[in-house]
Amino acid sequence: MLNDETNKTTEQVEQSSQPAYVQQDHSKTVNKILLLVGGMFCFAFALVPLYDVFCAVTGINGKTNTEAAVYEAVDVDETRTITVDFIARTNSGMPWEFTAQTKKVDVHPGKMTEVAFYVRNPTGRDIIAQAVPSVTPGTASLYLNKTECFCFQHQPLKAGEEAIMPMVFYIDPQLPENITFFTLQYTLYDITESAQEDAVEVVMN
Amino acid sequence: MTTTTDTNNVADAHEEHGHDDHHHHAPAGLTRWLFTTNHKDIGTLYLWFAFIMFLVGGAMAMVIRAELFQPGLQIVEPHFFNQMTTVHGLIMVFGAVMPAFTGLANWLVPMMIGAPDMALPRMNNWSFWILPFAFLILLASLFMEGGGPAFGWTFYAPLSTTYSGDSTALFVFSVHIMGISSIMGAINVIVTIFNMRAPGMTYMKMPLFVWTWLITAFLLIAVMPVLAAAVTMVLTDKFFGTDFFNAAGGGDPVLFQHIFWFFGHPEVYIMILPAFGIISQIVPTFSRKKLFGYASMVYATASIALLSFIVWAHHMFTTGMPVAYEMFFMFATMLISVPTGVKVFNWVATMWRGSLSFEIPMMFAIAFIVLFTIGGLSGLMLAIVPVDFQYHDTYFVVAHFHYVLVTGAVFSIMAAVYYWLPKWTGKMFDITLAKWHFWCSLVSVNLLFFPMHFVGLAGMPRRIPDYALQFADFNKWISVGGFAFGLSQLIFLALLIKACRHQGEPVSSQVWDGAEGLEWEIPSPAPYHTFETPPVVK
Repeated sequence: MLNDETNKTTEQVEQSSQPAYVQQDHSKTVNKILLLVGGMFCFAFALVPLYDVFCAVTGINGKTNTEAAVYEAVDVDETRTITVDFIARTNSGMPWEFTAQTKKVDVHPGKMTEVAFYVRNPTGRDIIAQAVPSVTPGTASLYLNKTECFCFQHQPLKAGEEAIMPMVFYIDPQLPENITFFTLQYTLYDITESAQEDAVEVVMN
Repeated sequence: MTTTTDTNNVADAHEEHGHDDHHHHAPAGLTRWLFTTNHKDIGTLYLWFAFIMFLVGGAMAMVIRAELFQPGLQIVEPHFFNQMTTVHGLIMVFGAVMPAFTGLANWLVPMMIGAPDMALPRMNNWSFWILPFAFLILLASLFMEGGGPAFGWTFYAPLSTTYSGDSTALFVFSVHIMGISSIMGAINVIVTIFNMRAPGMTYMKMPLFVWTWLITAFLLIAVMPVLAAAVTMVLTDKFFGTDFFNAAGGGDPVLFQHIFWFFGHPEVYIMILPAFGIISQIVPTFSRKKLFGYASMVYATASIALLSFIVWAHHMFTTGMPVAYEMFFMFATMLISVPTGVKVFNWVATMWRGSLSFEIPMMFAIAFIVLFTIGGLSGLMLAIVPVDFQYHDTYFVVAHFHYVLVTGAVFSIMAAVYYWLPKWTGKMFDITLAKWHFWCSLVSVNLLFFPMHFVGLAGMPRRIPDYALQFADFNKWISVGGFAFGLSQLIFLALLIKACRHQGEPVSSQVWDGAEGLEWEIPSPAPYHTFETPPVVK
């Protein structure tokens, strides 16, 4: 019974590709969905700057400022002592020796402190390095002000050269009460290739 | 009315030349499959493709389990082992589970809502036929110098950007093609459901499989572009000197994880929501009752989909997030167990005091409910921040997601195939073989995945080709379970080949006593064209 009906309609179909009740334009719906697809693709790229802004506000990824802070005369809070650990490491494939000369320092918030890091390029070639800082817990990075840091510039070392790299910082007295110590880690990356490419581009221009 | 006839005539004039296939119902030969725009043909293509990929990905799992049969390195190099875990994951996710669900959607959505075909049949053809090329590219990279992708299916930066081989470009392109295919499939499903429902088929009358697929399609639309963006960033970081994820250049590798899991968590619901729909079709049929709590099922599905966008960082608890964020993602994740619990209780309530019979689809459905719930519970354990630090990247995680994906998604697909196969072929499948398939799969899959919980809790890390001696006994059993599960699927292959040769007893149009819905009102096998005139929906 039902079978017959369907057979009849298949004959009708030979004349028209689709029955009348579905003859409608789908392009409106399709366009809306395509807009959503394009929007989500752009959103994923928008996440890159959004993430940076979010991290700068909340400090969740432990990045410190990339520019030097200006020391504002703040009251040194003698009642609190914060312990800062320093860790120096090199990225895999980066052959430099890199150590923190000061492993640990106790400071009062607001007081300027200078520490130093030692680097040596034991290889037979010139290498340009970039130090990337990371603070744990991340929120402490919002209160760490560096007035001078080797991480603000590229660090070129000729073959066999060594150097002492200084870092001057103070801790904002606003540092939350629950943070009594934090760790500042620097990782050295070999950026010789990309730095030279940039230099070539500058010359070419 | 006149305007409609006019457009019909115009359409006819267009169709006259290129579309001779409308004149004979089932064109034969290779071109039938190559040029088909019929939703049933395309559904069949998707399902066979998914099954072949399931066997290919399964063969890679066999390599992994063979290597892990004993401690120490004996069969493959660690680099090849990494390629196996990576490509196994990619193939099972994008090649087996997702295309299988798309195939089921192609076959069933038009028949369930009383539509004659999918809304965009030519695009439907494209969305299938680009898939084999995507996987050809991915699989071919395994045979090239330097090997295929070896950074895990999650392709975390810097593994995929700094430490990967040149084949990463091929990986990126194949993922792009898979993504485009999925997006086209999702567009088709949405447009079909929005615009082609038979008169009277209101949204709240749609079968749950249609509902869950509609929501899944929206998830696909929302997150596949994010995946495409993520692989694009990996491509430019690796080959064009950008610094999205490169810390030395001011980027952040953790950003990769955020972007990836913003895609990745909705993705896991993409692979389970259609399964919920399938189980919600099968359980009422063999309980001979209406589904308990239809509306709550719909709302639960929508809630799961919405929540899936705010839980991504539970994959990243060990990356060093502030406690407040960890708490947020922990509780948001636990919240998902509420709508999921609604679903499980609804299935149980549907069976409660029903006239149950245990045909093959029902056996798979009940196995799904029990085993998926085990996977859900281990998921709840993983959501707890302090213990996740212990479980992270261990075999406990492997056990968890294989319970939800194999005994969850894959079992639901098998249940669906057994449930609708007689409708597709018009013949009952070989029930003896099906029983063998079910019981062998059920026993072996638990032997395979359950002990993984134990070795995981004891600290065995995932994705490593070797392990400490104390895990040797469990791993031996796990491997035996793995080989047995793999072999069990050959029973399924034999059954499917028999079914496609149209062997077996003819079935009625309803097939299963107790089955309700439009697809059970058309003859078995389902005619090549259905519902050219809209059915009456009560």
